[in-house]
Amino acid sequence: MAQIRIEHVRKEFGAFTAVQSSSFTIEDGEFFMLLGPSGCGKTTTLRMMAGLELPTSGEIYIDGEEVGMKPASQRDIAFVFQMFALYPHLNVGKNISYPLISQGMPQAQAKKKVGEIAEILGITDILNKPVGGLSGGDRQRVALGRAIVRDPKAFFMDEPLGALDAEFREHMSEELRALHDRMNATTVYVTHDQLEAMQMGDKIVVMNHGVVEQFGVPQNIYDWPATKFVAQFIGSPPMNFLDFRGMLGVGESKVCLGEAEFEVPRMLDGANGDLTFGVRPEHIKLDDAAPYRGQVSAVEYLGTTQIITLDTSNGTVKARVASSDKVSVGERVGLRFDPRTVSIFNADTGHVLKSEANEGVLNHG
Amino acid sequence: MSFSVTEPTNGTKWFAGILVVAYAVITIIPLLWIIATGLKSPADSISYPPVVVFEPTLEGYVNLFTDRTRATEDMLEEAGPPQTWYEEIARERGTIISGPSRYGERFLNSVIIGFGSTALCMILGTAAAYAFSRFRVPLKDDLLFFILSTRMMPPIAVAIPIFLMFRNLGLNDTHLGMILLYTAVNLSLSVWLLKGFIDEIPIEYEEAALIDGYTRFQAFYKVVLPQAATGIASTAIFCLIFAWNEYAFAVLLTSGTAQTAPPFIPNIIGVNGKDWPAVAAGATIFLVPVMVFTVLLRKHLLRGITFGAVRK
Repeated sequence: MAQIRIEHVRKEFGAFTAVQSSSFTIEDGEFFMLLGPSGCGKTTTLRMMAGLELPTSGEIYIDGEEVGMKPASQRDIAFVFQMFALYPHLNVGKNISYPLISQGMPQAQAKKKVGEIAEILGITDILNKPVGGLSGGDRQRVALGRAIVRDPKAFFMDEPLGALDAEFREHMSEELRALHDRMNATTVYVTHDQLEAMQMGDKIVVMNHGVVEQFGVPQNIYDWPATKFVAQFIGSPPMNFLDFRGMLGVGESKVCLGEAEFEVPRMLDGANGDLTFGVRPEHIKLDDAAPYRGQVSAVEYLGTTQIITLDTSNGTVKARVASSDKVSVGERVGLRFDPRTVSIFNADTGHVLKSEANEGVLNHG
Repeated sequence: MSFSVTEPTNGTKWFAGILVVAYAVITIIPLLWIIATGLKSPADSISYPPVVVFEPTLEGYVNLFTDRTRATEDMLEEAGPPQTWYEEIARERGTIISGPSRYGERFLNSVIIGFGSTALCMILGTAAAYAFSRFRVPLKDDLLFFILSTRMMPPIAVAIPIFLMFRNLGLNDTHLGMILLYTAVNLSLSVWLLKGFIDEIPIEYEEAALIDGYTRFQAFYKVVLPQAATGIASTAIFCLIFAWNEYAFAVLLTSGTAQTAPPFIPNIIGVNGKDWPAVAAGATIFLVPVMVFTVLLRKHLLRGITFGAVRK
């Protein structure tokens, strides 16, 4: 298993730049998520790591060795495709043994190895079946079998659950994670599903328009987004943005939204002009005594919690509060924000201002 | 009673059945007529009204495969009694067999040229189609249009330049010349058809093979080709049928060593223009290879081997 390092990788397709300049490091044994909306360059980044695309510039290191221009077959990695890409003219067993045979392993030895893998994945009974009639889950397992059978340095997966039914996805994602832990593998996983990324990943890279917006552990990315894009892409409902004009000096820990004053983490960056006050829906409390008011425009009941939509003088806010709070549409309520979890963004650049709370976790591409 | 929009009723089933049978009869009758004519005597073959019930004879086939001369008394005496059944048939008409005819050679020429050009066309066509389907070829669309445009006029329209070109290159009446010519004519259709088939094969298969440790060529050979087999087979049938049946160029460019069967068959009719059974026999035998080829590849035509392996 291996450490993978990406340095200033750039990819152009003609006039279109798919990846602008990505740098990040995937540590040995990590389950690493490449997350972003479609067209953000995450799949292109993965394909460059795998050797299916060649980078326009930049370096890719696997285990300290520069592999950027090497063909895929020499990188000793395995790839699981969204479409599974099982060879339709071969049966399940032959599909799994294919990479072994291509390396020149004798038939008998390959067969034994396939047997072991089938045991792990629980597909021993379908080894002699053609791949055509298999269910989505079994196809997924066969594709995984083909990936793990030759103990590669790393597994690359391109939205491997994207083709599965929703109910089966949950189950398969647990299976995938368990398999990763069991193989002690380094896994790079591309997805556009933020929940999947948070649930399965040790670390997440968030990409947008070919740029790495942030990378880090899921909790830090959720709590301390580096940009407004990350704040909005992760979390459901996303982080609330309250736009205001003002001035923030270094070392200050108070901002004014209109008349109301809010405590924020002590700032390490100063700013002057259009700013955005960011707060997660679950860090908003309804408090009739609070001076900052909003009018309730909608209530969504979700069981244990409810999402309250409020109109304030700085824009619409969604708050996640306990279902026991009695709120009705049209009511005016007071709002309190948890001062330890607030982020202030520069509204023009979209970047967060550094504060004592987030300084340790910010990582831009 | 329940009604379904898609379930055919008994009446429509019968109607469809009758249509299919009627169509089959219409298309099969000329074929049967040719096969029957091959087994008639020359007199029966040109009698009017045509005879449907007749005494079958192999005279047509004997005439097809042999050269004969009108026998004089001396010659008959010299030759002695007929040794074989086909000599006997020839003697009944007052002729003796002077040697084998050239039909065998011509037929072999057709096999060499037809299958040779089909094979060459498949090799070049698959390679070109793969390149057009998978690689970033500069001016791809223009090139593809240019390739197709070579079939926008009937090939015979360029007969005279080709005739001159072949004469200067020494390709007149050679197997190589005819193979090259038929390949050139068929290639545009092959590239287009095969590109369609290869486009249908998801590129992930090759990428999976590349990652599994194969080279690009091995991935093409071991993964793409088996899946393109259906397309290659059906394209090959089209190419073979054209090359096999081509008449105009064969008349123009071949006369001896490389002459194919189509221009030869009409010559069998002989100087008095009566030997229709031999012509029919030649045509009947000529049909066999294409039919066998088509039947052999039929399972490829019908089988969708990528069924269900990839979710779309």
